Amino acid sequence: MSIQEFVAPHSLSEAKGFLSDGAAASVLAGGTDLLVGVRLGTRNPERVVDLKKIPELTAISIDAEAVHIGAAASAFSILHDSDVPSFFPGFAEALDLIGSTQIQGRCSAGGNLCNASPAADSIPALIANGAQCLITGPTGDHQMPVEDFVVGPSKNALKEGELLVALILPRPSPQTADAYLRLTPRTEMDIAVAGVGVSLTLDENATCTAARVSIGAVAPTALLVEAAGAALVGTQLDAAAIEAAVAAARQSACPISDKRGTSEYRTHVVGVLVARAIAQAQARIVEAVS
Amino acid sequence: MNKPLNKMAVQATINGEPTAFLCSPGQVLADVLRDELELIGTKIGCNTGDCGACSVLVNDRLVCACLVLAAEIEGQAVQTIEGVAEGGVLHPVQQKLLEHAGLQCGICTPGVVVAAKALIEHNPNPTEEQARYWLAGNLCRCTGYDKIIRAVLDAAQQMREEAAV
Repeated sequence: MSIQEFVAPHSLSEAKGFLSDGAAASVLAGGTDLLVGVRLGTRNPERVVDLKKIPELTAISIDAEAVHIGAAASAFSILHDSDVPSFFPGFAEALDLIGSTQIQGRCSAGGNLCNASPAADSIPALIANGAQCLITGPTGDHQMPVEDFVVGPSKNALKEGELLVALILPRPSPQTADAYLRLTPRTEMDIAVAGVGVSLTLDENATCTAARVSIGAVAPTALLVEAAGAALVGTQLDAAAIEAAVAAARQSACPISDKRGTSEYRTHVVGVLVARAIAQAQARIVEAVS
Repeated sequence: MNKPLNKMAVQATINGEPTAFLCSPGQVLADVLRDELELIGTKIGCNTGDCGACSVLVNDRLVCACLVLAAEIEGQAVQTIEGVAEGGVLHPVQQKLLEHAGLQCGICTPGVVVAAKALIEHNPNPTEEQARYWLAGNLCRCTGYDKIIRAVLDAAQQMREEAAV
């Protein structure tokens, strides 16, 4: 391995120093992408900056407005040591689809996002839930919607010396629920042919008042399909509304053909998953309020 | 692996014992366990986190030791296959793998034992489906999965019965 230096800072300011002094540095959260990349020769950091000793990077907190998930918190800790799954069952299911138990013991939601795979499972779920990225850097802190953070395959919007600190998900009302569904050739440890994240809000008359639909693995980045959400708002999620959302999602998709499926197949499947994810999110709300 | 240019001194608890070792900054835990600490029960298969042969616990969390930098475990607690049997008495998972012939070539077995023990500690009464999903990251190149799963479920049942006494 090319790694010449390992540092484990205890504060954000210390970490930013290690990322901005000109050394070829990579941050390390779970390492499930970084260390594989180093092994394969696709990543060549001289310095590795372990983020897991920085409290903000691993903390998970829930207040009246939002759920804050430290970017380096492991999927296992989010799934089993926090209340995040009760607020965002769809996001939790997306995390639970990543890799094996061993990988989930290390991999983080922040890492899945920064790695910026077109097929990343957690990204459509984050986008559907309106998640924001909290970023710190040499010029201070700022926030950015997740749908703007990934700018291409394996490319994110972080600038030199910047660091993803946390993901901030608006706390859902009791009338809001999410869902994430994906299709893979095998049932476990595989990469999505297509993935769909949906978040819905229904009023007391079961009319949809807010909807976000995000599709993954069918474009260079996960996409927020605003037209699909718009097709659902103001409806009672009748067949015509769902068909319109499905059509909007298929229209936004521009997938590649590869060994997991042709472009045509992916476009078809993403529509099927949109309809099913809407039904699942709707059922969750109905169950929660009944 | 290149020859290390600079060594780091790391102190950790390995199988309950305070342990100190030197490692290079890019050296992974699996290599340190085997090459520096002579804990060769941890096997290396793929070296990319796909096969689970190097499964260990770090602070009670199941991970692949090939995807952990040794320097990361400063101050942490690691459990390997060598810490599973207690004074020559096999853990129920090990005993049941023997009884069910849940191993053939044996290279996946240490990882399977560590992962299955972690499963039962996390969920003492797993369904077959839960056991299969939990162990999906432990590949058996002999494809002897069915006997492994039967042994793990049997071990879990035995441990529940022992706990109930």
